[in-house]
Amino acid sequence: MKQRSNTEWIESLSDPVSDEALSDLRTLLLRGLRASLSNRISTDLDSITEDFAQEALLKILNNIQTFRGESKFTTWAQKIAIHVAFTELRRRRWKDISLQEFIETPEGEEYTPIILKDPDSSPEQEATQSDIMGVVEELIENELTERQRTAMIAILQGGMPMDEVARQLGTNRNALYKLLHDARKRLQVRLEEKAGLTVHEILTLFER
Amino acid sequence: MKIDLATFKKILLSLTITYEEEIDCQECYQHMDQFADMLREGEDPAKVLPLVKHHLDLCRDCNEEFEALSDALAACDDLEA
Repeated sequence: MKQRSNTEWIESLSDPVSDEALSDLRTLLLRGLRASLSNRISTDLDSITEDFAQEALLKILNNIQTFRGESKFTTWAQKIAIHVAFTELRRRRWKDISLQEFIETPEGEEYTPIILKDPDSSPEQEATQSDIMGVVEELIENELTERQRTAMIAILQGGMPMDEVARQLGTNRNALYKLLHDARKRLQVRLEEKAGLTVHEILTLFER
Repeated sequence: MKIDLATFKKILLSLTITYEEEIDCQECYQHMDQFADMLREGEDPAKVLPLVKHHLDLCRDCNEEFEALSDALAACDDLEA
């Protein structure tokens, strides 16, 4: 494959686009996608990566003027391809799973958090841990909004991706990150106030 | 809403690395290629881009994409040599 500087890549992929440069970039994207997806996709890897590479190439060509030159051009291009692939794979994996599944108990109780105890704790550990768990349960119930609670549990317990949680909450990934950042800051401050310990000290109570 | 112990610990852990100033996923994405190149060149990107490092520690989705990008770049080493 011909080696190119960032400037040469930009020039050869700008109008009129060089077929050779486009083919080289496609080869790179396909190789990168196959390597990063081979342990995540069990069937049709070749055709799926072909589709993702094609979509990524269009996106790269359409956005080539936004490349800021802070990395190698090919790293920037691979980043776009990875983002295209992961966004679509997450959407396919989670599209039929509702947020409600993560917050409802079989009895239909949604909003009263119950932290399940560690069965292997000693009686002394359990007494200390139980107090802290009670505080956190109360804070999650009373200090967080319904959206903050739902998003936090769906992501941390359910393993749902940010994009999908954002979609189901009718927002976007950045706004969701801000929502969770606000929730974490609130919990951090109120927990330290109520427990009289730093969050680092609290965490050590639960480490073995 | 039942919260298992592993999730509870994840919540606590996330609180230990919660700061007033953090960057969102979009800003992390903007710098991810630069971060990856610096790491591959043996530099310490966390020194230059500490907020990106912090975001990658905290955000599973961005971290997953960053790991995948690292795998992709490693796989193309011989093509770009």
